[in-house]
Amino acid sequence: MKGGQAGWAFVAPALAVIGLFFLVPTMAALALSLTDFDIYALADLRNLRFVGFRNYAELLANPLFWQALGNTLYFVVVGVPISIAVSLAAALLLESRLARFRSFFRTALFAPVVTTLVAVAVIWRYLLHTHYGLLNYALGALGVSPVDWLGDPHWAMPAIILFAVWKNFGYNMLIFVAGLQTIPEDLYEAARMDGASALRRFWHVTLPALAPVLLLVSLLTVAGYLQLFAEPYVMTQGGPQQSTVSVLYFMFEQGFKWWNLGTASAVAFLLFVMILAVTLIQLAVARRRGAL
Amino acid sequence: MTARPPRRALLAQIGAATLAGCAPARKDGVVLKFWAMGREGEVVQTLMPAFERANPGIRVDVQQLPWSAAHAKLLTGFAGGSLPDVCEVGNTWLPEFAALRALEPLDALVAGSRVVRAADDFPGIWRTNIVDGVLCGAPWYVDTRLLFYRRDLLAKAGFPVAPTTWAQWMAAMQAVKGLAGSSGYPALLPLNEFEPLLTLALQQDDPLLRDGGGRGNFRSAGFRRALAFYGEVFRRGLAPLESSTQIGNLYDEFDRGSFAFYVTGPWNLGEFRRRLPAARQDIWMTAPMPGPAGPGAGIAGGSSLAVFRGSRDKAAAWRLVEYLSQSQVQSRFSALTGDLSPRRDAWSAPPLAGDVKAAAFRDQLERVKPTPQVPEWERIATEMQLVAEQMVHGRLSVDQAAAEIDRRADRLLEKRRWMLARRAGATP
Repeated sequence: MKGGQAGWAFVAPALAVIGLFFLVPTMAALALSLTDFDIYALADLRNLRFVGFRNYAELLANPLFWQALGNTLYFVVVGVPISIAVSLAAALLLESRLARFRSFFRTALFAPVVTTLVAVAVIWRYLLHTHYGLLNYALGALGVSPVDWLGDPHWAMPAIILFAVWKNFGYNMLIFVAGLQTIPEDLYEAARMDGASALRRFWHVTLPALAPVLLLVSLLTVAGYLQLFAEPYVMTQGGPQQSTVSVLYFMFEQGFKWWNLGTASAVAFLLFVMILAVTLIQLAVARRRGAL
Repeated sequence: MTARPPRRALLAQIGAATLAGCAPARKDGVVLKFWAMGREGEVVQTLMPAFERANPGIRVDVQQLPWSAAHAKLLTGFAGGSLPDVCEVGNTWLPEFAALRALEPLDALVAGSRVVRAADDFPGIWRTNIVDGVLCGAPWYVDTRLLFYRRDLLAKAGFPVAPTTWAQWMAAMQAVKGLAGSSGYPALLPLNEFEPLLTLALQQDDPLLRDGGGRGNFRSAGFRRALAFYGEVFRRGLAPLESSTQIGNLYDEFDRGSFAFYVTGPWNLGEFRRRLPAARQDIWMTAPMPGPAGPGAGIAGGSSLAVFRGSRDKAAAWRLVEYLSQSQVQSRFSALTGDLSPRRDAWSAPPLAGDVKAAAFRDQLERVKPTPQVPEWERIATEMQLVAEQMVHGRLSVDQAAAEIDRRADRLLEKRRWMLARRAGATP
């Protein structure tokens, strides 16, 4: 038992920090989500009522919440595959034997991750501008008429996805680069001797060897993309016609714009349950495929 | 988003304290924190040196907030106990901050003031500052929505003067639509703005809420009349089913004659002057909102100056409010921003006195009415417009829409009803 005690002693500081800064606030938020905390309660705590699961019931009956959920899923379902594909493609290019100036390109492609979102959003607003944006200029050369990227409800989310993918792909790219470097060269050599084409080598050597890395990247990316907030906050403020309101943006508006902290906490919990469920599904799928 | 104590001010104080070591110590130095929004927050800084000269010992630290973040920032500031001394507050926000008991009652201060007086201001605007019988703000600048119209197109359609009644307005829109070579719509009432419908609704005698602000009153005959008129404009194809974000360049479209009537606010006086060519300035004019019978009421909008309860030097804070309310300072402020003054005497001096195109605002300001003074109002108005949008798209009838707005308003007001009932129970 001595070893056990020493073990507990070692993890105790970490557990204390997790308990204090994660468990306690989470339980407090759960408790808050069962009350109708609003500005009246902020003025006087006697105006606080315990309402059970009413916040949850009202949320599920609120069309804007469902729209926010739909927008978020749209962002995840379209954005995550594109984001992972772009990261993987960039990593493969960087690790290609033909690549020159690797460290320069690695830094350049990683740069969007470390730049300030608000600052690059300003630049992207210019790129996406209907009349003098670079993107519409390029499309115009192809004969496509100008798209009102941030003003048209059909195009605002694709524009946000484009921006988010550009902003985030560098991070996953680095993880993929590290993963690619661990694949032994002799596997490729053997495949080449058997006459496998570049595509088949990618499909039968690279991808299976990257499976654990792919799992990690997809877990992180899905969990991150479900928490979409800053991009619509700085680019569109949820508009046009609420087409870029995400679950987290909806929560922010409820919590800090209207100060309905009860409702906002309920949103936070639903989002937490959703991310947990999606992560468990991903793990189960990965386990069945043998990636773990 | 949290409000931090201004580090620069702190450093400045430390710096000042260090310098003060050489000079005779002055203990009466007060630093007032003043938050103002948008363009006003920028411009008001140029008015501060004069105030500081006239009030030695008071220094004003102006912080500019963007409008989009201001509401959240004020509530966070309240929760965190870091509100400023004086703040610009949109007058529809006053009920909310009054409910939080964040605002210093100003009745006693106004009673002893020679500058801020109810009689000097437009009555509707003044009333927006009285919440539950307590004065909690001093009007700073005003906003009301009225008609911007194409004078030349109206004249061509046989209307040499602007319409003053709903019937005339409808006839004028029909006539403009019938003009040869007219493309587009006679009127622009953007579907994402609740102000046009709200203006029509305020022109009715029925209040918008009943039971002490505990329930919606949107099924009243008056509101349904306003809703029916609003719906009729769209049904006859006199206004496009569009929101303002769908219109490329509003000013170009107006110049081109894509619409002849536009219900909007005072900031567009400056925009129309700037964006329409000098040779085309004669084509546009403003007119008070037509009412059911003769010029009608308008929304009493705008911003007020409020002193927060937490302020440590309320006397100094009030001096700043008084300074900004002085007639000459108001005129200078109008010249710098294009904002309209809540004071009648500022309208008899330049720049407002000689402004023909602002005159319609002066006229309508005598008739403006406050919106219901409950903290939930902004959300109710938003829901009202969302339902009205469904109605003009043909998905609801007028009666169905009115019932739906009532249902949504009642849901938003549930907590308020509970509190009103409890208060009534506590004092039998």
